[in-house]
Amino acid sequence: MSKTLSFNAHLLVTLVWVVVALGMVFLYAPQEATMGEVQRIFYIHVSSAWTAFVAYFLVFLGSVGYLWKHSPEADDLAQAAGEVGFVFCSAVLVTGPLWAKPVWGIWWTWDARLTLTFVLWLLFVSYLMLRSYVSSPGRTGALAAIVGIIGFVDVPIDYMAIRWWRTQHPQPVIAGGESSGLDPRMWVTLLVTWGAFLCLFSYLLRQRMWLAEARRELSALRRALGIRPSED
Amino acid sequence: MRSLTIISAIFVKDLRVEWRNRETLAAMCVFGLLVVFLFNFAFAPGREESLRLLPGLLWVSFAFAGIICFNRSFAVERENACLEGMALAAVDPGLIFVGKMLANLLFLGIAECVIVFAASLWYDFSFLPSLKWFALITFLCTTGYVAVGTMFGAVAANTHMREVMLPVLQFPVAVPVLIAGIEASTGALKGDPPATYLGWIKLAAGFAVIFTVLSYLLFEYVLEE
Repeated sequence: MSKTLSFNAHLLVTLVWVVVALGMVFLYAPQEATMGEVQRIFYIHVSSAWTAFVAYFLVFLGSVGYLWKHSPEADDLAQAAGEVGFVFCSAVLVTGPLWAKPVWGIWWTWDARLTLTFVLWLLFVSYLMLRSYVSSPGRTGALAAIVGIIGFVDVPIDYMAIRWWRTQHPQPVIAGGESSGLDPRMWVTLLVTWGAFLCLFSYLLRQRMWLAEARRELSALRRALGIRPSED
Repeated sequence: MRSLTIISAIFVKDLRVEWRNRETLAAMCVFGLLVVFLFNFAFAPGREESLRLLPGLLWVSFAFAGIICFNRSFAVERENACLEGMALAAVDPGLIFVGKMLANLLFLGIAECVIVFAASLWYDFSFLPSLKWFALITFLCTTGYVAVGTMFGAVAANTHMREVMLPVLQFPVAVPVLIAGIEASTGALKGDPPATYLGWIKLAAGFAVIFTVLSYLLFEYVLEE
């Protein structure tokens, strides 16, 4: 019962936080000088991107944990972070072009950070595809963990290679040097929005991990009763 | 010393298997040549353009030839439960990886020589003036590509849809070596001073070292039942 209560409380906090964040995005944050209203998608876009990177880091942690301790919970974490992270990474790739079209005049460009995000999205896809294609279910955790670790180590090298390859993209706005910078109110809005996204992310993550645990319990019960384990 | 014996045992075994049926190498070369052949229709490059397109074309061709190599490398081990036999052997699983990786490196290297030779004839382009640097770049990038590919070949062998799974795993991770290979070979083939593409060579070398070590360490979890 306490689990349900904690889930409901988490959901409630998430809902309130998301509403507050949306209110700040549209009412509190000042309008950007050159891009106008459309720039407000920035808060959603950047928050999703940061959350996706956090998710991939959790895939890595879960993968290492699984190979090290062989604990099924670590594998649940990696799987849940992979699935939920994929949703946030997809959100980055959807909100990006929506913002780029009115501002840059194009939907997509093979600039460094866009390409890197796309590679990250592909890494999420390959990780999730592998999880569903492994022939013997008992091996999924170990094989997925290997792919999760290799993918994670690859991200910084990808970043370096892609950055060298395309160096003409706009300099980072945040922590990108002296001339860059955000209005303090924009900063606050961004952090509040990211907090809301992390709250939503952790809620979905917990739900997904709980589902994985329930599935494991169910198949253990089936085995105990001598029923053939289900396909998943 | 014992490690070398184990590595060479796996390496020689793979060579002997390949020598007896010659299937993988033939498939890789033919497939690689077909990619080069089709690109000719896709872009119909003139003399000038072919210099610009050639490095990218070669790397796409190498990348696909590699996929065939890595798929076969562990598909043959699945037959007669050879992989289980290897897993039971009382040796460091990482050494088995190194043996298989070296065999794959040799096969892909041979296929690359065939593809480069054919491309040189078909596009009337001489690789000789920049051969030293081009060979170094290709070797380093291929080593990194093979390190990841051998590992993923072993992973993909445990899935149904093996042929699809391997490129889906391989290409996103191999992006840095593919970029490095294309950028550095473009510089080398144009005759630029090596200093201009030295950064890419270092990146390729770093990638090769990191992923060889990582795969060496992780390989035991692929064999583990």
